[in-house]
Amino acid sequence: MTSPLLLQVTHLARRSVVRTLRQPLNVVPSFLFPLILLAVNVGGLESAARIPGFPADSYLDFALAFTFMQGALFATTNAGTDLARDIQTGFLNRLALTPMRSAALLLGQLAGVVALALLQATLYLTVGLIAGVRPESGILGVFVIVFLGVLIALAFGAVGAFLALRTGSGEAIQALFPLFFVFLFLSSMNLPRNLIEIDWFRTVATVNPVSYLIEGIRSLIITGWDAQALALGFGLAAGIGALALAAAGAALRGRLARS
Amino acid sequence: MRDAHGIQAEGLAREFKGGIRAVDAIDLEVAPGEIYGFLGPNGAGKSTTVHMLTTLLPPTSGTARVAGFDVVREGAQVRAAIGAALQEAALDPLLSGREHLRLQTALHAMPKAQRRQRSETLLERVGLTEAADRKVKTYSGGMKRRLDLALALVHEPRILFLDEPTTGLDPQSRNALWSEVARLAREDGVTVFLTTQYLEEADVLADRVGIIDHGRIVAAGTPAALKAEIGRPSVEAIPADPADLAAVARTLLRFGAPVPGSPKGASVRLDGGEEALADVVRAFDAEGLHLQHLQLHAPTLDDVFLAKTGRSLEGAGDELDAGPEPEPAPATA
Repeated sequence: MTSPLLLQVTHLARRSVVRTLRQPLNVVPSFLFPLILLAVNVGGLESAARIPGFPADSYLDFALAFTFMQGALFATTNAGTDLARDIQTGFLNRLALTPMRSAALLLGQLAGVVALALLQATLYLTVGLIAGVRPESGILGVFVIVFLGVLIALAFGAVGAFLALRTGSGEAIQALFPLFFVFLFLSSMNLPRNLIEIDWFRTVATVNPVSYLIEGIRSLIITGWDAQALALGFGLAAGIGALALAAAGAALRGRLARS
Repeated sequence: MRDAHGIQAEGLAREFKGGIRAVDAIDLEVAPGEIYGFLGPNGAGKSTTVHMLTTLLPPTSGTARVAGFDVVREGAQVRAAIGAALQEAALDPLLSGREHLRLQTALHAMPKAQRRQRSETLLERVGLTEAADRKVKTYSGGMKRRLDLALALVHEPRILFLDEPTTGLDPQSRNALWSEVARLAREDGVTVFLTTQYLEEADVLADRVGIIDHGRIVAAGTPAALKAEIGRPSVEAIPADPADLAAVARTLLRFGAPVPGSPKGASVRLDGGEEALADVVRAFDAEGLHLQHLQLHAPTLDDVFLAKTGRSLEGAGDELDAGPEPEPAPATA
């Protein structure tokens, strides 16, 4: 017999996935925009690959990792907006009146993020492979890229859930989207950190955890199996995810405030 | 089967930030199997009371027991015993009716076979079998309310909270919902706590009524008893010629004290009850006053509200505040 917690998680996850896939206007941009930005960047910055010390032969190989980050950013806003809508419409109150566990709500909610991230990662990789990207880490590396991409989306999704539970407003989540984007741009997304000539930019990119998330995926594409890059990528994704989940759990308890 | 416990509250209060006292030390007693109508204008404190009784909002002070359990210390037991359809049917527009029921039954950890059976039974009961697989965003307001009710009944609760269940519904949908609520109470013995701003709803459905205004209960009892407190009917007369309004008002004053009515006419509460109506007609005839309209009004719950608060329930919400009741959102008690 299925445990009540597992049953709750399964059905909340199913709802999350179903409603994610039933909102094509939210889903399609998360597939297309990262690829459009990739095309623009590769078109404009291909010559960067000829800079001495550039770590890849093709700028496409270097830039493909960024699509995963941008996709994860969409996951943040989608997860946050959906949860905020549940708060605003009173649906969360409906759930709160059932024997639902808080953990079930969070895990179920993030299942939609995982489903979307899986589809995104598959699409980005497929487009990259068609365009000529050949990951140095081989077939196994492809699976690890997808896994790390999903983990990053999960971590960002947990951040979105936390913000939704804190603010209770979908508009607030949308308003934070440009701020998150700044974080992405102030990273090593366009150039390796050692080739960034502007001191302050290089310093910011070095302390920005997003750089290490990108570099974790990128290392599998252009380097092969780089233990340090992977440890930093996986470690930071797991750390951000764990912190965000803990914060979201606390925010959910406050939000429900049921006795 | 009727539960031995209903709802009891003593000195129940909720204060929000800024010192807004949405519910001000109310006492309540709802008997098992009873339909209790909680009547009041917008912003009177109805929804805040429901949120406290359903454990969604901790009270600032006072105590309440629902189905025999304390709402603060035994929240989980309270939630297991109650069903609630809160204000504004909180549904996911992207899910179908059947998917809502599937989720709700799973959250109550029902076995798979029972989940399916219960869902089908409830869909049939609320008349949504044919629309069960349509997304909720295509439902009418009445269909959403019926689905909301079905979801509240999934685990066969002993006590049902309905927060303004018919607001915005057309008369046909309203009557259908009333029939189902009445059936639940009469046949299944479910205790129903129903908030409403509609006098007719409270009058038709409720065994007893509590009238709340500015967070305080100003009257409680059966609709008949409350109306009997007001006692006598009123009569309203509108002259055929507006110039006769003063004369009509003077004539009516011989039969009772004035009460608010149409600005085109005059109204008094009849000291002699209905029997005085014939004398009123004879008096107008003797004075040579021609009337466009003469109507006897039996006491209503609005008269009760007027007598207790000095205001009519119709439009009292607009006067109370510009917006809805403070959002019963999280706050530490």
